[in-house]
Amino acid sequence: MSEYALILVSTVLVNNFVLVKFLGICPFMGVSRKLETAMGMGLATTFVLTLSSVASYLVNTYMLVPLGLEYMQTIAFILVIAVVVQFTEMVMHKTSPVLYQVLGIFLPLITTNCAVLGVALLNTQEQHNFVESALYGFGAAVGFSMVLVLFAAVRERVNVADVPEPFKGNAIALITAGLMSMAFMGFSGLVSN
Amino acid sequence: MLTAILAIAALSTSFGLLLGYSAIRFKVEGDPLADQIDAILPQTQCGQCGFAGCRPYAEAIAAGEAEINRCPPGGEAGMLALADLLGKEPVPLEDEGAASKVKSIAHIRENECIGCTLCIQSCPVDAIVGAAKQMHTVIASQCTGCELCLPPCPVECIEMVPVKTTLSTWKWPFPGADDLEKAAQEQRQ
Repeated sequence: MSEYALILVSTVLVNNFVLVKFLGICPFMGVSRKLETAMGMGLATTFVLTLSSVASYLVNTYMLVPLGLEYMQTIAFILVIAVVVQFTEMVMHKTSPVLYQVLGIFLPLITTNCAVLGVALLNTQEQHNFVESALYGFGAAVGFSMVLVLFAAVRERVNVADVPEPFKGNAIALITAGLMSMAFMGFSGLVSN
Repeated sequence: MLTAILAIAALSTSFGLLLGYSAIRFKVEGDPLADQIDAILPQTQCGQCGFAGCRPYAEAIAAGEAEINRCPPGGEAGMLALADLLGKEPVPLEDEGAASKVKSIAHIRENECIGCTLCIQSCPVDAIVGAAKQMHTVIASQCTGCELCLPPCPVECIEMVPVKTTLSTWKWPFPGADDLEKAAQEQRQ
């Protein structure tokens, strides 16, 4: 049980996918202009990441490994992720139009989020079992959403702050991201194996 | 090599079939959100929201292009129902006067009416009867009080008459924003 808690803490804080592993930087910079959209993106990513890490675990264990096709992982996982995203979009459009309205435009964007593929590949690399894979995906997504929302909040404040002319816009955003990343390095002493 | 090609082909085919099936299974006709909003709107087609009718207004709300507080016939209760459906904060009705206005219906002063039929054409609920060169009158039970017949009348013989509440027509008032607040406070205590 404590092992599962460790996976969660380690993916959310210590090995945060955005600020420590530097995966999923594109949506991190792209959708963090407004707090509202950041929350929408975080929610959609959490959903897809958990589902796709489970699905790619199943494809890997029951199809690629028995056939000795581990070298096809990347292609197979991209396929799985694209299908999961597409499927989620369809189901959500039918069952919950309000949620679809909030997340709609972000769902297709997630297909190209490298954190999703990264989680699937890391899962096989670290030889996680089924529950561990699901937790790893969920933890990564929670970490991603938390950092995205925090960063969006910081950016909203920075927008109204008195920033020197050459640093305005994306420049100050990148510096802020760097500072946040350094702050997250402080968590690396939190868990010692 | 051959197994790899076959395996990926099989995987893609099964995923393709799954997506193809779910595209049929989860097919969405039109915009379901606009349908739900349209069901809440009062269907008076009065156009006071600035749109051509209830359906276009519902579509504009669903697309996020219009506020939910532009429907005076729906009143505060309608706005609260919309806010509840969309998970938005309730906003006061745009037309301040409309919220507190007494319910009234149109009345045609029949001796001044010249029988031009202009008000008949503008009435969204066909509550005005009459013919060309004949005086018109309003069917009181059908009138929604939307005031759309006032501007076209060339002799200004139409006036809004407040509906008097009698013992047989009195109803419990709809819960408004204030009442909800009060109820929530009581629950907290």
